[in-house]
Amino acid sequence: MVPALDVRDLRVHFLLDEGTVRAVDGVSFSVEPGKTLGIVGESGSGKSVIGQSILRIVPSPGKIVRGEILLRMENGQGEPTQLDMAQIESHGRLARSIRGKEIAMIFQEPMNSFSPVHTVGSQIVEALRLHADVSPQEARNRTVEMLKKVGIPQPEHRIGAYPHELSGGMRQRAMIAMALVCNPRILIADEPTTALDVTIQAQIIDLLKKLQEEFGMAILFISHNLGVISEISHEVLVVYFGRVMEHAPVDVLFREALHPYTKALLRSVPGIDTPVRSHLATIEGTLPDPYANIPGCPFFGRCMECEGRTVCRDDPYSLTKVGPRHFVACPRICVADFA
Amino acid sequence: MNEEQQRLEKYLNASTRQLVWWRYKKHTLAMVGLAFVVGLYLAALFCEVLAPYDKDSRFFDSVYSPPSQVRIFDKDGAIHRPFVYETILDIDMETQKMSYQENTDTMYPIKFFVRGDHYEFWGLWRSDVHLFGVDKPARLFVFGTDRMGRDLFSRCFYGSRISLSIGMLGVFMSLILGVTLGGVSGYMGGWADSVIQRVIEVIRCFPSIPLWMGLSASMPPHWPGLKVYFVITIILSLIGWTDLARMVRGKLIALREEEFVLAARFAGAGHLRIIFRHLLPSFTSHIIVTVTLAIPGMVLGETALSFLGIGLRPPVTSLGVLLKEAQNVTTIALYPWLLIPVLFVIGIVLSFNFVGDGLRDAVDPYSR
Amino acid sequence: MLAYIIRRMLIMIPTLIAISIISFTIIQLPPGDFLTTYVAQLSASGEGIDQAELDALRHRFGLDQPIYVQYFQWVWNFVRGDFGHSFEWNKPVRSLIGERIALTILISTCTLLFTWIVSLPIGIYSAVRQYSWMDYFLTFFGFIGLATPNFLFALILLWFSYAYLGMSIGGLFSPQFIEAPWSFAKFIDLLKHLWIPVLIVGTGHTAKFIRIIRGNLLDELKKPYVTTARAKGLSETKLILKYPVRVAINPLVSTIGWTLPELISGIAITAVVLNLPTSGPLLLSALMSQDMHLAGSFIMILSILTVIGTLISDILLAWVDPRIRFGARESA
Repeated sequence: MVPALDVRDLRVHFLLDEGTVRAVDGVSFSVEPGKTLGIVGESGSGKSVIGQSILRIVPSPGKIVRGEILLRMENGQGEPTQLDMAQIESHGRLARSIRGKEIAMIFQEPMNSFSPVHTVGSQIVEALRLHADVSPQEARNRTVEMLKKVGIPQPEHRIGAYPHELSGGMRQRAMIAMALVCNPRILIADEPTTALDVTIQAQIIDLLKKLQEEFGMAILFISHNLGVISEISHEVLVVYFGRVMEHAPVDVLFREALHPYTKALLRSVPGIDTPVRSHLATIEGTLPDPYANIPGCPFFGRCMECEGRTVCRDDPYSLTKVGPRHFVACPRICVADFA
Repeated sequence: MNEEQQRLEKYLNASTRQLVWWRYKKHTLAMVGLAFVVGLYLAALFCEVLAPYDKDSRFFDSVYSPPSQVRIFDKDGAIHRPFVYETILDIDMETQKMSYQENTDTMYPIKFFVRGDHYEFWGLWRSDVHLFGVDKPARLFVFGTDRMGRDLFSRCFYGSRISLSIGMLGVFMSLILGVTLGGVSGYMGGWADSVIQRVIEVIRCFPSIPLWMGLSASMPPHWPGLKVYFVITIILSLIGWTDLARMVRGKLIALREEEFVLAARFAGAGHLRIIFRHLLPSFTSHIIVTVTLAIPGMVLGETALSFLGIGLRPPVTSLGVLLKEAQNVTTIALYPWLLIPVLFVIGIVLSFNFVGDGLRDAVDPYSR
Repeated sequence: MLAYIIRRMLIMIPTLIAISIISFTIIQLPPGDFLTTYVAQLSASGEGIDQAELDALRHRFGLDQPIYVQYFQWVWNFVRGDFGHSFEWNKPVRSLIGERIALTILISTCTLLFTWIVSLPIGIYSAVRQYSWMDYFLTFFGFIGLATPNFLFALILLWFSYAYLGMSIGGLFSPQFIEAPWSFAKFIDLLKHLWIPVLIVGTGHTAKFIRIIRGNLLDELKKPYVTTARAKGLSETKLILKYPVRVAINPLVSTIGWTLPELISGIAITAVVLNLPTSGPLLLSALMSQDMHLAGSFIMILSILTVIGTLISDILLAWVDPRIRFGARESA
């Protein structure tokens, strides 16, 4: 079966005067239609760049230097083919016809993700009319319908509202409506709940799940919040310093995480059974120098388990299969002669 | 490694002023502007020494003389130190046209520290030593002469002295007005704020040049030069303080709710103490930037008024007064060197803008 | 929207009162009143005037009244369109300034349009191609434009065209049209001359506008809504023109407020250099001869013009920016 999206060894580098930032450095994953892949990592781990590179909207001077982004397409006979998004012209007609149509994206800041001087409705209608040959009246009707689907009350009225007239939650719903109005097969959600209240977060996640059931799109859910990820994802990718540290189905990850970084992340999430007024665990230290080119484990130095063993620093990074669909990149686990 | 550590150490121990200076030094244009401004101020300060002639010395036989040709080759093609020839006024009796002929018999090398016109240096001591010049009867007119046979080069520097000092003085007065009124407006708020804001709005919606014209034209023509000078400066600063006041007000409003101000208030500090000891020092750099960017406006204002004949009047010499000589297009076409003061004005305005921009980036690299 | 306009117009009233007081003060500033000037003129030309006649005139012009009565009288006359009497020209001020004010308005409007038409594409180009050699070149040109005051630029242009092109660029009309009544031919002649003052006054502002547009646009280009629009599949050109440029224009509209006083200032002094039949030269000569009613009226009308311009720009801004429009509705 051909997955909706198959990313292989993706590398996105930012070539700056000060040096090269390896924002994404060899990431592979795939996602099936109707399924959700959660991508979790700290800020600066490169998880947003993964989303941007799939859409080919990485801000300059970022460049895809290697890898394939295989998007499943249908040819005329209804047979699946694969289109490599990494190879097409980023501003070209083909890329533009895929953006918004096949792959849509929603963003973190609902306040600033809409143009403040255009109505929300007109921005949704624009997305629709870019990709579908519909009359203005038809576009408007479908927009109202979509606004109703994402749970915006009085959609006929709200279609003429400016972004600043809507609440944060409503704006994020409108954002989702804009992303889904062309019925894309892949939805990339980049921290869609981070700027929202906890109750609204839950509503938005429920909404996304409901819409996924209805439309059957694949979702790439990017977040720093493991709690939110666990709510929605089927599989989880733990990203650190542009590399995958662990890749597992969500239940496996939460039950038997192997990588010290994943474990540290899990410890820092407050659970219902965490004693009140106890200190939450934090991860000591900060991300490595962004310009550094680290051959071994990038978590070396912050890791609580490797105890300074040089094999962690020197052994080349590699992702190893440890279970049916469980991959981990930790020399302590994967290197046979670890001592 | 060690060297790098030392560099880091130096960076961490540097005072704010040093940090600002290091950042400032990176702006090439700002450094060029600074060099020009400092150079011109020095030249204006010492213009009695720098200028080969007094600003009012008239050479009746060198009216509208073009800039002197400084040569290093004599008529036989031999190389010498820079020299000039004596020029002789030649009037064609039929056409009444004036022209200057060079007498190539004798060379007059340019010398340093020559004796010439007597002057009183800032009224402190008398002297007749000039930085450079040539022996009589030859003359060195670097920028030529005007219709009264006065050396334009010397007059440009005397003019810069007046124009630059008006800029400084006017900005200083604007500073006092702006900081006081902006301070009251921002710190007190309430009705004082509304009144001052209204006043600022009214001043800002006046087209400045007609208003300057109206105010300065009401000065009686018989007033002495010094009095006119001060009144013009006051007029310029009366209109120029509003930018500063707005900036000070904005900053004060943002800062007055900060914890350190509350702390000072709870410690029993009075309003004046809070304003002058706690608030103003926290944005002195912004004041300096605004002031730097305000100076060219003052210089331009003076130049414009004097150019129109309602600002400074001869015998006071400013860049505007010099340009008044160049109002007539036929005059300029015949004697284009009369436009040279324009370069001084543009240079001053450009340099202060560069310095101001550079300073703004240096004191606050994130604001733009 | 209507509530906003009304509120905005009410704010204008104290400003207008203050402007009238300042203009009146300028009229009153020179020592003596205008009758003193008149008498001096008469005696200079050998004619005498007796005291009784002088008192009669003084009474007729209300000069024997206290100063505040004179002020109200002056304002009242002004509102009715009677701007006083010019002693230098011995004509009502109104007949002298009408056409000149109209030409000033024409030149400032044209200059404003010129500034926008030139600076908008250049500003957008500079921002989108930041740090390209063209951007550097335009920035450099902008600095020169900023630093050269209008009247010096006029002077240089005047000299250049006279000395190298052999033509005189002064004036707004060809000689045969100066005294002619308005006709289509005269209008065409005006257009032929108009571009020079527009270019001179407009250059500095164009430079300033390019800098503002470039700065605003660079800020806007980083905003998330640009990424959103890009993710929708919009083409780069369409995206930039439709979203960030549209947002970046708003603060530009609000700059009309402070641009107008500067434009009118610039035109006043440029007109003196180029000898244009606008308000500048007449204002100057009125000030020189202390013809204060003429001068005061000019200053008053030019200031009122800028106030009205600011009003228009604020209304425009409310019209283009929904945030301001709705903010006004909520607080009104």
